[in-house]
Amino acid sequence: MPAAASASRRLLDASAGPLHPVARDTLLAALEVGWADPARLHAEGRRARALLDRSREVLAAGLGVRPGEVSLLPSGPTALARAVDGVLYAARRRGARTVASAVEHSAVLVPARARAAAADDTDLLDEVAVDATGRVDLDAWRGALGRPGTVVALLQSANGEVGTRQPLGPARAAAAAQGVPLVVDAMASLGRDDVPADWDVLVGDARSWGGPPLGVLVVREGVRWHWSDSRADIEQGRTDVTPWVPLALAAAEAWQQTSAVREADATLARSLVDDIRTAAVAVPDTEVVGDPVDRLPHVVTFSSLYVDGEAVVGAFDEAGFAVASGSACTSSTLEPSHVLAAMGVLTHGNVRVTLPLPAVSPGVAGDVAAFTAAITPTIRAVRDQLGVGDL
Amino acid sequence: MSGEAPEFGPAANRDAVVDARGERCPLPVIRLARLVQDEPDVRAVTVLATDPAAAHDIPAWCRMRGHRFVEARDEGDHTAYVVEVLRPSTPAAER
Repeated sequence: MPAAASASRRLLDASAGPLHPVARDTLLAALEVGWADPARLHAEGRRARALLDRSREVLAAGLGVRPGEVSLLPSGPTALARAVDGVLYAARRRGARTVASAVEHSAVLVPARARAAAADDTDLLDEVAVDATGRVDLDAWRGALGRPGTVVALLQSANGEVGTRQPLGPARAAAAAQGVPLVVDAMASLGRDDVPADWDVLVGDARSWGGPPLGVLVVREGVRWHWSDSRADIEQGRTDVTPWVPLALAAAEAWQQTSAVREADATLARSLVDDIRTAAVAVPDTEVVGDPVDRLPHVVTFSSLYVDGEAVVGAFDEAGFAVASGSACTSSTLEPSHVLAAMGVLTHGNVRVTLPLPAVSPGVAGDVAAFTAAITPTIRAVRDQLGVGDL
Repeated sequence: MSGEAPEFGPAANRDAVVDARGERCPLPVIRLARLVQDEPDVRAVTVLATDPAAAHDIPAWCRMRGHRFVEARDEGDHTAYVVEVLRPSTPAAER
């Protein structure tokens, strides 16, 4: 039985799963029929190839692209890093500068900072500021793109920690005006929100639509993209790892299931998140962060003064709720979430909710109702325990 | 600890120091808030901290509780955060 179905647990951190139940069945069935290497010429290999092709067609149709534009990589973050590498390599004679919002995924910001450090040239990465909601400053974005040597621009469709959507239309127009391709990271939004249209290279992670961990890299035809270690026979030359066919099948099945009911799911998620926002704002010295309207339907985060994230996550966990946190104390480093930091909001006492799909967690509305009732007493209890209830 | 803070400003506008070096978040902010609450004559507080979260959380505290964040000064192995205490304060939520 999936963990989400356990009566004693309330899953409010669905960023990494669990699988859509139909995709889970597909995955198990595919272990029997799709295990072979799709590059082999025998019957088993040809069957795996046909299943892989079919999976790619489903995903391509869902994203509104051609199958040949779609490559499947071992993970979303791997696909994202590869997306940037391919644009950089193809443009290596024109420049090496990356422009990215300050709230992009660590999978691209960390290597970009490392490239700048290795070249001893801080100009190689321009991290564009965001406002207090996490939205990129478009004037600064345009200015950064105009600097000489800029060859790749990178922006999320929406941020997976705080939910805020980015203005992809104007952001891509600004990039196009400079002849710079825009890589869009849609790892948090695909299957939950409209499929973005304004991109040159698109990256997704099947986990966001109830699938298994699987990276999707889409390079629009005509975009100058080349991976230095390319082997033309694997995934359009964009990876050296042949996808495991059962994962591809499960990802395609999850897409079909999730996209068929996406609007109803998003409407429900939006109203549940509104309930959480209302309950969190009522807690003294607590701020809900991220855009209240122009956001992902299923993500919400808030921060409470004077409590550490670890204690809050622990208190909710004890009460049966699985929630995440962007506070430093909950991660392996001393650094808090770079997203919260870039927004200039409180980084301690942070609680992040990523609602599961209703198909994954049929009791999600009841779980959210229980959570909204638990927020104030839980934060109060943690504050009292820490002796800060009077502050 | 806050009671030990040295007094070095004009008598009517007492300044105070919170030495939170080596303390993890959210302790620097808690000690800042504690001092401001317990000592109503304090008008400015300098928080010395090594925790990286303090760089974000002290300005956020000022905004949420209606005080003024003045500056952050790099002092080598720690950072000094200067806060002007406004009385009465206007927390962000009440504006």
